[in-house]
Amino acid sequence: MTPLAKLLEAALFASARPIETDELAALDPDVSRAELQSALDELRERYDVDGHGVELVEIGGGWQILTRAEYTEAIERAQLAARPARLSGAALETLAIIAYRQPISRAEIEEIRGVAVGGVLKSLHERGLIDVVGRAEGLGRPLLYGTTPIFLEHFALRHLEELPRADELAIALRLPTRDAEPAVAASETE
Amino acid sequence: MTTAYAPDSTFTDSSFVVELAAFSGPLDLLLSLIREEQVDIYDIPIARICEQFVQRIRTLGLNEAAEYLEMAARLIRIKAQMLLPRGDAEAWEDPRAELVRRLLEYQQMREVVDVLERRGEERRNQFARAYLPQAPAAPQAPLALSLAELLSAVDRVLRAAKPASMHEVIPRTIDIPGAITIIRSVLALRARILWTEIVDHGAEPWQILSTLLGLLELAKGGELRVLQPRPFANVEISRDAAGEAA
Repeated sequence: MTPLAKLLEAALFASARPIETDELAALDPDVSRAELQSALDELRERYDVDGHGVELVEIGGGWQILTRAEYTEAIERAQLAARPARLSGAALETLAIIAYRQPISRAEIEEIRGVAVGGVLKSLHERGLIDVVGRAEGLGRPLLYGTTPIFLEHFALRHLEELPRADELAIALRLPTRDAEPAVAASETE
Repeated sequence: MTTAYAPDSTFTDSSFVVELAAFSGPLDLLLSLIREEQVDIYDIPIARICEQFVQRIRTLGLNEAAEYLEMAARLIRIKAQMLLPRGDAEAWEDPRAELVRRLLEYQQMREVVDVLERRGEERRNQFARAYLPQAPAAPQAPLALSLAELLSAVDRVLRAAKPASMHEVIPRTIDIPGAITIIRSVLALRARILWTEIVDHGAEPWQILSTLLGLLELAKGGELRVLQPRPFANVEISRDAAGEAA
């Protein structure tokens, strides 16, 4: 490995959160962005090709070393680490709306979901997945919500644009004639 | 919490078990009805769907939930509007349009939920460095050590402990009754004495103070008189003739 790749590995190992590219660049001021990127690629390939138990992942505009999924069971069984609790369906629906429509007020979210979301917003806020990003101009100047970097981390997204664009989503319900929707069947069995 | 309900044979033939928590809202329930009925979302047979919706919320025991009731009312309203005669075909607006728009929007969001759920589950299966939550403190092991070890530990602690530096306060309360007794006994022998005679040269402050206060006390009671001819001169103390007479 090149010295730079080793330096990056050490820095990434020392951090519990993804490190942004800018922060990595600060490790060595003499290094250009291209060199940094190629060192990151080198490190990632190293992990992938040599068969490591960890991998280098790009998340939320940064980089992070994560254990490989196949070892999760064993690690959790040995109680060395525990997976975080799953988000509820209500929480996911609310997050999905916020992710696409941010900044968005509570009333607008409730309009789309058809149910009250006060409690869900509170718990999402407590988990750091959303934050108040401003106030609307309208009556009562309601709070507007948006997603946070932790949201990207939680879903291992590099950036918000990684989510499918609205027009890429399958157009709603298919007509009965061309049915057999596998996605729907999956969501119902859960 | 998730109580399973048996299928209600009066409104469905397919056998299924619905869980109370299976629906995240009235739109979710409505969408699942539309899927079950295999109807075109752009041409919802509103009467049928409305009837099933109402029946379903009754079966599910969801009728406490205001949101479901509101949706039921909305469906009934749309159903009623559909029954009205359509005078002008051009101006006629499908009363279902708003509902369809909301359903499509909701369905689109559900597809995003599927994406998020998948991504979240993938990420959940990977641990980051130092994710480990603070491990609960291990219970303290029972103390096992010999008397000699204990004593040497105490010794080390005592040696390490610096002796606290303290200001020593010697309690010397002013003794006025004592001073009064002395003054009276001296005055009983001599009618007139000097301050320097009743206060030793090397007297402690508390002794001086006691004598002074005793003098003042006796002078107030009229037993003696105190006289100082000029500033800083020796103080003369003499028996008070009047007090004596009294």
